[in-house]
Amino acid sequence: MGGVFRKLGSMAIDMVWQLGFIARFFWLILYYSGQSFTRLRLTIRELYFSGVLSLLIILVSGLFVGLVLGLQGYEILQRYGSTDAMGTMVALSLLRELGPVVAGLLFASRAGSAVTAEIGLMKVTEQLKAMDMMAVSPIARVVAPRFWGGVVSMPLLAAMFSAMGIFGGWLIGVVFIGVDNGAFWSQMQAAVDFRYDVLNGVIKSCAFGVAVALIAVFEGYDCVPTAEGVSRAITRTVVSSALAILALDFVMTSFMFRGL
Amino acid sequence: MSEPLVSLENVRFAYGERTILRDISLSIPRGKVVAIMGGSGCGKTTLLRLIGGQERAVGGRVLVDGQDVAKLGRDKLYAMRRRMGMLFQFGALFTDISVFDNVAFPLREHTDLPPELINDLVLMKLHAVGLRGAARLMPGELSGGMARRVALARTIALDPMLLMYDEPFTGLDPISLGVIGQLIRRLNDALGASSVIVTHDIQESLQIVDYIYFISEGRVVAEGTPEDIRKTSDPFVHQFVHAEADGPVPFHYPAGDYATALVGGPA
Repeated sequence: MGGVFRKLGSMAIDMVWQLGFIARFFWLILYYSGQSFTRLRLTIRELYFSGVLSLLIILVSGLFVGLVLGLQGYEILQRYGSTDAMGTMVALSLLRELGPVVAGLLFASRAGSAVTAEIGLMKVTEQLKAMDMMAVSPIARVVAPRFWGGVVSMPLLAAMFSAMGIFGGWLIGVVFIGVDNGAFWSQMQAAVDFRYDVLNGVIKSCAFGVAVALIAVFEGYDCVPTAEGVSRAITRTVVSSALAILALDFVMTSFMFRGL
Repeated sequence: MSEPLVSLENVRFAYGERTILRDISLSIPRGKVVAIMGGSGCGKTTLLRLIGGQERAVGGRVLVDGQDVAKLGRDKLYAMRRRMGMLFQFGALFTDISVFDNVAFPLREHTDLPPELINDLVLMKLHAVGLRGAARLMPGELSGGMARRVALARTIALDPMLLMYDEPFTGLDPISLGVIGQLIRRLNDALGASSVIVTHDIQESLQIVDYIYFISEGRVVAEGTPEDIRKTSDPFVHQFVHAEADGPVPFHYPAGDYATALVGGPA
């Protein structure tokens, strides 16, 4: 019994240490962010790697999620004779939840894992140490641009995911099933509130961007510098990012959409 | 005689409970090439990390150009590192940029020189290591020896006062090994710098260095000029120079009684 408590206590202490270390690391990223903006070329390069190269998976996934939403939505709404509300249902589902959350999960798998692998391999091959010995801070030169590349990319990708999903819903509902085109768009326009629905979705995707980018750069920087260490760090990035996104989503949803 | 560029005074260092360096005192005179030798895991690379300020000693002092490295803040430490160059074991080139950009990296980071001048300086540094023709190649296209020469060009980009080499001869063919050895000596003399080489390669080192320290179990166990080392009867140096499996450095890792272990006792 004592052993169990000791183990739990040890785990709790480790977790507090880890959280403290992440917080300090986050502070250092913010401290060095000025340098990454003055060398904008580096951040734009990371925007390309994290954002532009993730476009394909985001757009294709958004389309399919929209197609499925259209099919399921029509099937449910027709029971109540409300198929005209299909546009509203598709748009609200995507803007409030599916856009930020699914785009965040895909972003963590595609870009987050790549960032962790890249920084981890730089650590394994002593590139980070070499940089540090050249009096160039690896956090300013390597970590901060990748962090901001992820933070800026994420809300843009989530917006494109939602736009593509709405297009998918329209394709199924209006083009293939025959829902009225005017009703699809006018109901959506009437029911979707910019501040309440769109802006809250954007805030969520920004928060997910910070979480995924921070986890990805931290895991890469903190990994054990071996092949196995990098592999474990990549796994941790994907798993921790997914859990962070889902937990943050619940907390933010409970504050944003109370139905009051 | 002028004060040495680097002095280690009774330095102790440990990773957690594991003591690496017990009581090391040594010095790197200005303008000289000094080798630090010893078996794997004896703390040679840790010494370089202490000199470069990447680790802090738990006891004693590490002085570089009269300054205690452990007491320097981040900005002063970085200012000092701009006057140091370190060649890593496998070069540590940045794999996403070309050979040219690797050598230009410290110049672009630390100077406001115009691109034309940086171009000329980079070509001069690459010419010094015989790789001007490889300027546009990517690091992945280089052999191990070439990668180390490019890293050497990058190391000397800012004309440092101190050059540190971490196992510069590991994994090289005899020609590349000789080339790197000669470059270390020639560049040290041409730049008026001081060099410290951490290595196992005794034969190559004896040809190019001015002084050698041997480290074992966290202490300096022998030292001298290449002449002294060749003549010495010190058992540790003899074992090291003649690559003998057993001697002052034991073949067996410390363990309990062998017979007892074989009949079921603790290993």
